[in-house]
Amino acid sequence: MVETEQFIMGDVACAEGAIASGCRFFAGYPITPATEIAERMAKRLPQVGGTYIQMEDEMASMAAILGASWGGLKSMTSTSGPGFSLMMENIGLGIIMEVPCVVVNVQRAGPSTGLPTLCAQGDVMQARWGSHGHYEIIALSASSPQELFDVTIKAFNLSERYRIPVLVLTDEVVGHMTEKVIIQPSDRIEIYSRKISNLSPQEYLPYLPDEDMVAPMVGVGEGYNIHSTGLTHDERGYPVITAAVQKEMMDRLIYKIRNNVDNILEYEEIETADAEMILIAYGISARPALKALEMAREKGVKCGMLKLITIWPFPEKKIKELASQVKGFIVPEINYGQVYLEVERCVAGKAKTVLISHAGGSIFHPDKILEVITKL
Amino acid sequence: MKKQGLKELDGMPGKHPLSALLREDRMPHIWCPGCDIGTIFSSCLTAIHESKKDYNSFALISGIGCSGRAAGYVKLDSFHTTHGRAIPFATGLKIAKPKMKIIVFSGDGDIFTIGGNHFIHAARRNMDLTVICVNNFTYGMTGGQVASSTPFNAKTSTTPEGNFETPFNLSYIAAAAGAVYVSRWTTLHIRRLTSSILEAFNKKGFSFVEVVSSCPTSFGRKNKLGTPLHIIQHFHKISVIRNGIHPKDANLDIGKEIVVGKFVDIERPTFFDLRQDIYPVEKEEEV
Repeated sequence: MVETEQFIMGDVACAEGAIASGCRFFAGYPITPATEIAERMAKRLPQVGGTYIQMEDEMASMAAILGASWGGLKSMTSTSGPGFSLMMENIGLGIIMEVPCVVVNVQRAGPSTGLPTLCAQGDVMQARWGSHGHYEIIALSASSPQELFDVTIKAFNLSERYRIPVLVLTDEVVGHMTEKVIIQPSDRIEIYSRKISNLSPQEYLPYLPDEDMVAPMVGVGEGYNIHSTGLTHDERGYPVITAAVQKEMMDRLIYKIRNNVDNILEYEEIETADAEMILIAYGISARPALKALEMAREKGVKCGMLKLITIWPFPEKKIKELASQVKGFIVPEINYGQVYLEVERCVAGKAKTVLISHAGGSIFHPDKILEVITKL
Repeated sequence: MKKQGLKELDGMPGKHPLSALLREDRMPHIWCPGCDIGTIFSSCLTAIHESKKDYNSFALISGIGCSGRAAGYVKLDSFHTTHGRAIPFATGLKIAKPKMKIIVFSGDGDIFTIGGNHFIHAARRNMDLTVICVNNFTYGMTGGQVASSTPFNAKTSTTPEGNFETPFNLSYIAAAAGAVYVSRWTTLHIRRLTSSILEAFNKKGFSFVEVVSSCPTSFGRKNKLGTPLHIIQHFHKISVIRNGIHPKDANLDIGKEIVVGKFVDIERPTFFDLRQDIYPVEKEEEV
C-alpha cells in the first residue's frame, strides 16, 4: 500500500482521519464551521459499513456517540461553540462512565452566536472546565489540515487507551483551509483499540482497573450484565452515594490521566535550544507565530517556539523547564488570555510573560507578533 | 463492599420469580413504600421473561429520576444516563447493536419534559426501541414539582395553588410523531400492561407504552389522593378500556376518567429498513 496525497479542506481531513482510525459511527448536528466534517462522514461512513446519523441537537449527538461506543463502535461527533456548550453535560457522562469517543470543536468566535463564519480560540478553557465537577480531560489542537488528520487519529487512540472522551480543538480557518494532506496507508497508521477483558461474566467487574488505572471493557449483549451510571459508582459500576467511594472513583478518573501526562503530551520545540524568548502558540495562531519567529531570527533575535499539540493536559513540566532558561514567553491566542493564564502559572514569575490577545474574526498578522518579540 | 439484601433473600424459602433478571445485590431499592414503579418494573421484567428470548439480547436504558433507577436494578446490560437523554443514548447503542432489543424505561419528566424533543425524533425515525414511560404526573425524586404531564389545577410544590398549564397527552404525541405501537395502561392493569409490553417488544420500530401510575408520597399527598390502595381503587373506578380509539380522544383526567387501551398498532418501515434501501449494507438478522 502507498501513501496518497490529497488536496483537501481541514474539516474533510478530520473526517478522513476518523475513518482511518476506525470510526464507524458519527452522530452530529449541522453547525458552521464544522458542518463539512458531518457532510464528509455522511458520505464516507456508509462506504465502510458505518453509520452517520443526524440527530435533533448536540445533546442527542453526544448521548448517541456514548451509546454507540458502548456498543463497540469507535464514535465521533463534531461541532462548534454553541453546540459544544450543549454537549457539555454528556461529555461529563462520558468522563464518569469512561466511554472512549472523540468530540471535535471547530472553534468560531463567541460568546453565543458570535461570528459563526469566522475564527477564534475562545473555547480552550471551556474544553478544560466546561462540564461540571472536577475532572481531567485530553484536548488536542491542530494548525493545518494535515495536523487535523493526524491529531484526529491520535485522539481516537488516546480515547481508546484511557477510556475518556478526547477533544480536538481546531478553528474555522484550519477547518476551512484547503491544503495538501498526506494520507498514510492503513498498515502504516498506528491504531489502538480499547482493552477487552477476557474474564468470565462471574469474575468481571466493569470498573476494576488494571495497573494502568484503566478498566478493560466488555461487549454489550454478551452476558456480562454490565451496569454503567452517571452516579458515583464502585468497581461493580453500582451507585454508592458516599464520600469514600467518591474519592476512590475521582482519584482514578484524575490520576489515570495525571500519571500518564508524559505519554499523552505532544508538542513541537522550534529553535528553543539557544532561545532567549519563546512563543507559545497552538492551532491557527502557531502559523503566523512561526513566520514571526523566522523574521525575528533573520534580525538576529534569539526567538524560539513551543507549539502545543496537546493543550490539555498542559505541558507544565516543559514550560517550567524553559522558564529557567529564557527571559520571556509570548502567547498569541485568539481570545483574551486562556493558555496565557496557564503559562503565567507555570512560569511563576521566573520570566516575563506577555499575552497578545485577539478578539476573533481574523487571524494574527506575523508583523504584530514580530513587533512584540522585538520589544521584549 | 457489603452486599445488602442478598443474604436475607438466600435465607428465604424461595427466590423472587424474576430473580434471574434482578440485581439482588442492589436491594433494597430506593422506591418509596406504595410507589407504583416497582409494579411497572415487574411487568417489564415479566414481559422480558415471557418473550422467551435470550436475556442477553436485551439492554435497558434509563434517564434521571425515580423511574430512571430501574436501570440499576435490572440484571441486563443497563445504562443510567443523563436527564432526558436516554433515548439518544439508546439510539446510538441500537445502531451499534442492531440485533438487540433496546428498552428505554424512564419517567414522564425525563422522557417528555426535558427529553421531549428526543422522543418525537426517535418516533419520527421509527427507531427500533421500546419506550416504557412511567407517568406519575410529577417530578417525584425532587419532591413533587410540576411537569409537562401534571394535570390542570393539580397541586405540586411549584404550583402550590394549582397547575394553570395544560398537560401533554403522551400517547397522542407518540402517535402523532410516528410510533408504530402506542398503548396506555394504569398500574391496576398489570396483566394487560405486561402483555402490552410484550407486544411492544415484538414490534419492529418505535413502540411506546405509557403507564399511568401514582406517586403517593409526592403527588398523592399534595393532592389528597389517599393511601396507595385508595389510588389504585380510584384507577379501578375511573379507568375505561377503549382499544383502537384515536389517542387524541383518549382522555386522561385523573379526577374523572382515564382512557386506557392499545391505541396504535401499525406497520411502518423502520430506520434500519429505510436506511438499507438507500445505503445497502449486509443486512443483519433481527432477533
